[in-house]
Amino acid sequence: MSEHMAEPVRRVAWPSNGLSEVPFRLYTDPEQYRLEQERIFKGPTWSYLCLAAEIPNPGDWVATTIGEVAVVVARATDGAVNAFVNRCAHRGNLLCLERNGNGKEITCIYHGWTYDLAGKLTGVAFERGVKRQGGMPPEFRKDEHDLPRLRVAELAGLVFGSFSREGPDLETYLGPEIVGGIKRVLNRPVHILGRSTQVLPNNWKLYFENTKDTYHASILHTFLTTFRINRLSMPGGIHIDESGGHHFSQAKLDYAAEDADYRNASLRSDTDMRLADPSIIESIDEYGDQVSVQILTIFPGMVLQQIRNAIAVRAIRPKGLDKTELEWIHLGFDGDDEAMTERRLRQGNLVGAAGYISMEDGCVGGFVQRALQYNDADSGIVMMGGYDAQSQPFRSSEAAIRGFWKKYRALMGE
Amino acid sequence: MDKIALRHGVAELLAAYAECIDDDRLEEWPDFFVEDSRYLITSRYNYEAGYRHGVVYAASRGMLRDRVLALRRANIFEPHRYRHIVGTTRIGKIENGIAEARSPVIVVRIMHDGEMSLFAAGRYLDRIQVDAEPYRFVERLVILDSDKIDTLLVIPL
Repeated sequence: MSEHMAEPVRRVAWPSNGLSEVPFRLYTDPEQYRLEQERIFKGPTWSYLCLAAEIPNPGDWVATTIGEVAVVVARATDGAVNAFVNRCAHRGNLLCLERNGNGKEITCIYHGWTYDLAGKLTGVAFERGVKRQGGMPPEFRKDEHDLPRLRVAELAGLVFGSFSREGPDLETYLGPEIVGGIKRVLNRPVHILGRSTQVLPNNWKLYFENTKDTYHASILHTFLTTFRINRLSMPGGIHIDESGGHHFSQAKLDYAAEDADYRNASLRSDTDMRLADPSIIESIDEYGDQVSVQILTIFPGMVLQQIRNAIAVRAIRPKGLDKTELEWIHLGFDGDDEAMTERRLRQGNLVGAAGYISMEDGCVGGFVQRALQYNDADSGIVMMGGYDAQSQPFRSSEAAIRGFWKKYRALMGE
Repeated sequence: MDKIALRHGVAELLAAYAECIDDDRLEEWPDFFVEDSRYLITSRYNYEAGYRHGVVYAASRGMLRDRVLALRRANIFEPHRYRHIVGTTRIGKIENGIAEARSPVIVVRIMHDGEMSLFAAGRYLDRIQVDAEPYRFVERLVILDSDKIDTLLVIPL
């Protein structure tokens, strides 16, 4: 009896200290999910908040989440970007009810408490009472009730926030290679072409792992092979940061040769499946390095995507143990001409909830979640390409998934 | 133009379109559009913000044929069907043989195992060629009231 008391039962047991066998219960255990909110999303990590372009002017604010915690990001009158919890200090009411707005201050609708754009409590309605009756006790001090603030950092037009005071700064957190991968894609000011949210019937980790899974791409997503696109694909590789949590994979393409090949083949009356209108894949090498696909992930929940000329940020937002919202923000660059904008919009058919090469990712996590329902005592196998989480010059590998678990276990203390 | 005949023709087009999709005769779906047509599925949020992106963005009838071919031959998803309920259509201005029409719509998704859910609510903003038979869409914008899409969208709305 006393032995049981001394040794707290670990709810989810890993079969080994390795990274290549992942317990299924990590996706099904409510206590695990609760601990993730504390140790990962509120831990020493940086989460994507919004684009700086969404809050260009003083007073602009965006309501968002880190994990499931409601957060406000605001640009103050001095131009600084602040982030604080979206919860009134008084009775815990949600302060910002809409997804974005603008104002000199933020006022709680419940009892009219006001905050400035740095989360500082500036006003308490009837603080001195009405007709000298009521009011707050004289000991009450407004400056002791500011909204808990987050650390904020900006990189290449992306705004990140962290609940942790002690964790590393953003660029140290990401490492130089990942920072380079971000700056490669977001090398000039962006604007939004549109957004949508895909509701996934699965645990958030199943989607985040999917974006790091370079093994599944040509197997689950058969659009490109069915339509004989990308045959001239050249080798790429996987780059993983030291912590394991972040990565990017790249594939190169001979753009000019592909274009010529597709045109010529369209003229032949062979039996190949061909697109009636191939303008959805007509792309240009806008970065001049022949990289046609770069998928970059930032732990715990952001993806920066370059698929040809389709540029997007994806934010992964957990909404309970087995529900995840995937927010897509499709981007163009300032200076794009009409032809370039049209090109990006057409290539937008490749990605998103209806994307030719991404829609399957919307359902496959749900299939896993269903299969694990009360059948989660075993572990999954993540051994493709070895046992560790190092960068690799090929993509038929699960190294980036192992990297995710390396970072995850370190943060969860498992 | 005879208004009653026009109204009847538009109603017939909208009903036939919904029936075609709901009956899984998707190969016929592109024929409801003229060759040089536009078909867009987006949200009210994007539409009102002036954002041009659509989760489906087709700028030709060829792109619609490609959507059907990809659905049949390439993309992987759980089998399901839709039931479209198209509300009363209001016809706007008619110019150069093209009529504008607006119709509310809801779409129920029925999964292969019988699970049903309200998949989409929104409206069609149509530009319809009405000076030749059969009437065809020059442009069909599907403006969804929500910008959330459950799981995936593969069958056209």
